[in-house]
Order: sequence, then C-alpha cells, then structure tokens
Amino acid sequence: MSTLSLTGVSRWYGNVVAVNDISMALGPGVTGLLGPNGAGKTTLLHMMAGFLSPSRGTVTLDDQPTWRNPDVYRRLGLVSEREAVQGFLTAYEFVLASAKLHRLADPAAAARRAIDLVELESAQDRRIGTYSKGMRQRARVAAALVHDPQVLLLDEPFNGMDPRQRLHMMELLHTLGDAGRTILFSSHILEEVEQVSGTVQVMVAGRLAASGDFRTIRRLMTNRPHVFAVRSTNDRALAVALIAEPSVSGVELDPTGLTVRAGDYGAFTRALPRIALKQGIRVRQLVPSDESLESVFSYLVEA
Amino acid sequence: MSTITWITARGLFGRRRFLLLLPLPLVLLGLAVLCRSLGVDPGEWGPPVLVGLGLAVVLPVVALIVGTGVLGAEIDDGTVVHILTKPLPRWQIVLPKLAVAAGVTAATVVVPLYVAGVLAASVRLGLALAVAAALGALAYSALFLALSLVTRRPVLLGLVYVLIWEGLLGNFVSGTKVLSIQQYVIALADRIAPTELLETTVSVPVASVMTALVSVGFTVLAIDRLRSFSVAGETS
Repeated sequence: MSTLSLTGVSRWYGNVVAVNDISMALGPGVTGLLGPNGAGKTTLLHMMAGFLSPSRGTVTLDDQPTWRNPDVYRRLGLVSEREAVQGFLTAYEFVLASAKLHRLADPAAAARRAIDLVELESAQDRRIGTYSKGMRQRARVAAALVHDPQVLLLDEPFNGMDPRQRLHMMELLHTLGDAGRTILFSSHILEEVEQVSGTVQVMVAGRLAASGDFRTIRRLMTNRPHVFAVRSTNDRALAVALIAEPSVSGVELDPTGLTVRAGDYGAFTRALPRIALKQGIRVRQLVPSDESLESVFSYLVEA
Repeated sequence: MSTITWITARGLFGRRRFLLLLPLPLVLLGLAVLCRSLGVDPGEWGPPVLVGLGLAVVLPVVALIVGTGVLGAEIDDGTVVHILTKPLPRWQIVLPKLAVAAGVTAATVVVPLYVAGVLAASVRLGLALAVAAALGALAYSALFLALSLVTRRPVLLGLVYVLIWEGLLGNFVSGTKVLSIQQYVIALADRIAPTELLETTVSVPVASVMTALVSVGFTVLAIDRLRSFSVAGETS
C-alpha cells in the first residue's frame, strides 16, 4: 500500500499559475482527477510522476520526493497523455523492454502477464505503428503495469478508445483499485469518471474545487437541468409526449426543433427513444447543447 | 547489449534520417579516389579533402545527426518518458546512448577517412586520421547529446557551432580554435602521423586535455540535465 501525498503544491510558468496550492493524499482505490481542459490536470500529474518540480510545496510517494528520484518508479507507473510509442517495436518487444529496464526477475513472464491484462495477446507481435489509437493506449498501459506498481497514474486514458475498449479499461482500473493499488486517472469527461470511480478530485483553473465521493458531488450537480436540442419528424407531438415524462422539466418549441431541459441525464436519454417509438416519431437529432464542461464545472465551484 | 542500447540503436536505424549519414562519407571517399586516380599532387588535394571536407564537415555533421538523434529524437516525439519512468540512475541512460552515438559516428567516418589518408600519404596517416576522428566522434557526440538536453533546438545550435564557430570564426579569430573540437582532431592526427597536410595552432597537450574535458564535461552535464528532465507543460 502506497500513499501519494501533495502538500501545498503550486506550479507556475512565468506569470501563469498552472497549479495553485493543492493538497491531497491518494490512497488505495481508483480516484478520478476531473476538470475542464486547461485546468492544470496534466501539470499536476507530471509533478506527481516526477516530471516537473513543484514551484512550491512537496510531492511525496511514501515520504520520498518524486522529483529527481528515479527510485520512485519501482512503485509508480505513468501513462502519459501524449500518444508516444516506439512505432517500430511490436507490443511484446515494447513491454518486454520495459520489464528489462525495471530489472524484473523474469521479464518475459512479466511482459506476457501485462499484455494479457490489457487483452492485447492477439496483436502482440505486430508493430505498434500499425495499431489503432485504443490499442496503442493499451500497449502503453501494459508497459506501465509490467512491474506491478503500487501507484498508477493515467493522463486521459480513455481518449480515442471505442466504448468497448473504454469499458474494458474501466474494469481493469477497478480490478487494480480493488486489489489495493492506488490508481489516479484524469479526464475532462464527467460520464467517464462516473462509471469508474467513487472518489474524485475536481480541478478548475489550477485549484482543487471539490474532492470526495463522486455521487455526492454529482447530486449537487443534478439540481441543474441538462439541455438537449432535439429534432424529429413531428416536434410538436414529441413535445407533448416529453412534457409528461418526469425527468423532463421543460420543453421549448421553435422553428428549428425542440429545446428540452432534463433534470436527470440518464433517465431522459433512456426515456426519449421509448417515447419516440410509442408515438411513431422518428428522432433525427439529439444533441446535448449544454455540454460546455467549463459551465458545468464552474457551476460545481459555485455550488 | 543493454536494453537502452538496443532501443537507441533501433530508434536510430529505424528513422529515415539515418539515410542522411550515407552521402557525406561517400563524397569524401569518392573525391579521394578521384584525385588519386587522376594523379593530382596530394599536397594540393590533401588539405581541402581531408581537413576541409573530412574533418570540418563530414565528422561534425555526422556526429550532429547521430548525437542529436539518440536522445533528442526521443525527447521530440515523447517516447523518452518510457525510459525515464524506470528506476534507473540517469547515467545508465546517458552512457549507453553516448556509446551508440559515438560508435555509429566513428563507424561512419573512420573508414572513409582512413582510406582517404592512405590515398593521400600513407597507412600511418590513414590510421592517425581514423584514431583522431574516433576521439573527435566521442567529443562531438558528448557535446551534441548534452545540447539535446539543454535546448529545444539542438540541431540548429549544433550547426551554428560547427559552421559558424569552428568553420568561420576559426579562420578569422585564431583564439576560437582553442575551443574547437575540429582543431583538437587535427592536432591529434598530426601528432600520430606528422605531416604537412595537417596544420593547426593548437598544441597537442591542449588538444588532448580539451578532448577529454569536452567528452567528460558534457556527459556529466547531460546526466545532470536528464536528472531534472521536465516534461514541457503542454496542457491539453
């Protein structure tokens, strides 16, 4: 069991403050680092992973600083956001090289185990250059997991993955978290975090805006209706049917279509196809028009 | 072979810029063979081909391509993170990379220089050029490897050093020759095989000490810079 501790950590570039006085302690389990783009998530992760010195404050893994201390990588794995792999290697060679660099007792077995874990066996002898984005991501996760680290940091791990790969990655993170590993992943997509983790740390504009159980935080946010733009073959009839739906708090009809306000994101998106089917209406478009995460996050900060 | 050496070598030969290494040594070789076969007096073609092309262009440019490639290319495309997230003392990363850079550079330039030296004068001159160039390859590689850690534009800076400092200033301001690896190589080759084809104002002791100093100094610098390697704060 390892604990990653941040105490009063700030990082600035010239006049720009990227991370502002953040303190947190991460223990076993899965934690989501949530925040809009540019909130400082990557900067924070880099400081945790020893790739950036804090301008102020300390980052320690089990009381050892992560900066200028390669020894921490015995217990820490990092999957950076930048999709960089040696494309000329096969996944097996790539993971095996990682295992060897970690000086593992049996690098071949460790590499096979890690590749197994991310379900990449079938493609392990192909050059990584030929992989899809999601497969490449999994190869990098395998390389980061090869030494079975106590702490795994992942920067936007779900980017570029299809839903099935996403689901699989989430299961993997959960398995690791349940086994007592400390897992931290960053994301700017709320729904991703919702499915993975119980605990979240929310960053907005370099500050820690909220931290704690995701469901509690999410409940605070459901006070605010989600807005969708809907177009269908019969907007008026759909509007009538929708307003009878408990999850819908308002419908506006205009020449281009409907604007629907829903209190519950999940309930509404499940109800809409059912209603449309029953009314014999074909839905041509369903766009969440209020997706601007900045507004969601700033709402959270105000709350 | 260590894993770092293996990855570095594969990265180097796997990139297309490796092909850039080939033309220069071939030109050097071709010119030497051509001059010899046409019966030109070695006193006339020796200095421009051996020094002007071989030691002043081929050696530093090949060293620049390779030396900035072994680590700089990995920093550019971000793959360096994979090596850095390992519990390795940083010297265990820098030294294998330096060895690959110096080794590949030496292998590329030593053969044509040796042949050109033999054609110009004697086997002894050929060997002298080969040995001195190998030492030069080490010094240049250490310099360019360190350069790829202190600046984001190592190739540009390296070219400025080779072309402006060594190439241009060396001709006008003789004092700059004391800080020119090219001059050390000339001095060392001239010491091993004294000849009129090689001329420099740098003394042999200065050349020896400075070559060692450059090699060790820049290697130590590279190790230290790698220890505090920061991933640039690119926020998504």
